[in-house]
Amino acid sequence: MIEVKNVDKSFEGNHVLKNVSAIFETGKTNMIIGQSGSGKTVLMKSIIGLHRIDNGKIEYDGRNLPQMRMSEIRILRREVGMLFQGSALFDSLSVLENVMYPLEMFFSGTKEEMIERAYFCLKHVSLEEKSFGLAPSEISGGMQKRVAIARAIALQPKYLFCDEPNSGLDPKTSLIIDKLIHEITHEFGITTIINSHDMNSVMEIGENIIFIEKGQKAWQGSKDDIFHVDNEALNNFVFASQLFKQVRKVNQ
Amino acid sequence: MSLLSDAGKYVLLMKRVFVLPDRWKMFFRQFPKELEKLGLDSLPIVIIISVFIGAIMTIQTKLNSANPLLPTYTTGLVTRDTLLLEFSSTIMCLILAGKVGSNISSEIGTMRITEQIDALEIMGVNSANYLILPKIVAFIVMMPFLVIFSMALGLVGGYFVGVFTNIITTADYLTGIQYSFVPYYVFYSVVKSLVFAFLITSVAAFYGYYANGGALDVGKASTNAVVNSSILILFFNILITGLMLN
Repeated sequence: MIEVKNVDKSFEGNHVLKNVSAIFETGKTNMIIGQSGSGKTVLMKSIIGLHRIDNGKIEYDGRNLPQMRMSEIRILRREVGMLFQGSALFDSLSVLENVMYPLEMFFSGTKEEMIERAYFCLKHVSLEEKSFGLAPSEISGGMQKRVAIARAIALQPKYLFCDEPNSGLDPKTSLIIDKLIHEITHEFGITTIINSHDMNSVMEIGENIIFIEKGQKAWQGSKDDIFHVDNEALNNFVFASQLFKQVRKVNQ
Repeated sequence: MSLLSDAGKYVLLMKRVFVLPDRWKMFFRQFPKELEKLGLDSLPIVIIISVFIGAIMTIQTKLNSANPLLPTYTTGLVTRDTLLLEFSSTIMCLILAGKVGSNISSEIGTMRITEQIDALEIMGVNSANYLILPKIVAFIVMMPFLVIFSMALGLVGGYFVGVFTNIITTADYLTGIQYSFVPYYVFYSVVKSLVFAFLITSVAAFYGYYANGGALDVGKASTNAVVNSSILILFFNILITGLMLN
């Protein structure tokens, strides 16, 4: 479980996060949603420790990140996997080498065990063996996302962060990626935090949703609760399209 | 103020770079790649420039030393000393600052803006150490070879142009390049080049590592890397010359 308590973050006088508190539960797909510029990416980067917060606590199962030294943060990060918006695969390495990379850095097993683990992860995300030797630039965006997921789970992380996992993907591939993240979360009992403004994802896999508006937590609940909320900002954001307005009517 | 802040950031980055690698295996996997990319791939430009500069230096020296009071071996002597003292270390490093510096800053800068460095950090890897240390060490290792190679090729270039254009005899040229040879000049040149190699790689890595934004900013980081490492090379050239040749 990751607990965020009274977090504030400013950039040169611009108060981006204002007293944000939230609990991200283990074994659930926790989603941070909000409009562009609402502060959700800053919140996620603060939770990971890529931004230093001004005030508050970020506790990973009781371990307070802002109080840790860099060496301690590095050790904690070995329990973290992250899926970046642009996949962030290493250009100079092949698909297999990308997944092998964290294993070679931190896994203490033999080379054969590492290869076996990398194959397991790549096959788990439904990638065919013929693509293992290709460079990231030679595969599609959806495949890159799958490789990034395989890399993120290679070291069996306790915490998985996904920043806009569906960005740039077609609806069908988005759904596949969403389901994959959801399955992995439940199968391995990971605390997953997804940063998204894709309403399809929210409706599909959002088990614990946190809505951020102008740097503040404006609402928290599940995908089922979202249809019965009397929060104008949230409703304007979630049910912006005609399709979702219809869906809401049906669900109400 | 910005200069001081940048200097501070540079020192802090170097503090992160110069620690023992998380995995030596990964360092030694990266190191030969950098030797090839930064060192061996620089050979063509070193060869071309050294041969042509050696040649042009011979022609210029001959044309501008037509005084009959000067010994006939002057051209070879001047060509040799210019190559040994300044060209093959300082000028060659200024040229390599353009080639190697822009390569390093754009590579690391692109990794920064495409979140590859963030990915390394999230994995718990010391990204500065992993990405920058092999480049600095590889270029420092390769630099003495490039410098000595450049000296030799410059002398060969001078010889060929002198002989084939008949502006100087082989005997005069060979006498000139051997006359009053001071081996310490080679040592001085190599020491300078080691410092310059460190400056080129570390300054370029610094600008790449702290690049932010998009492709335009990576280009800007590359430009800043080349300009600032060139200025530092010139500054340290005076400093080292003052220390080693006085």
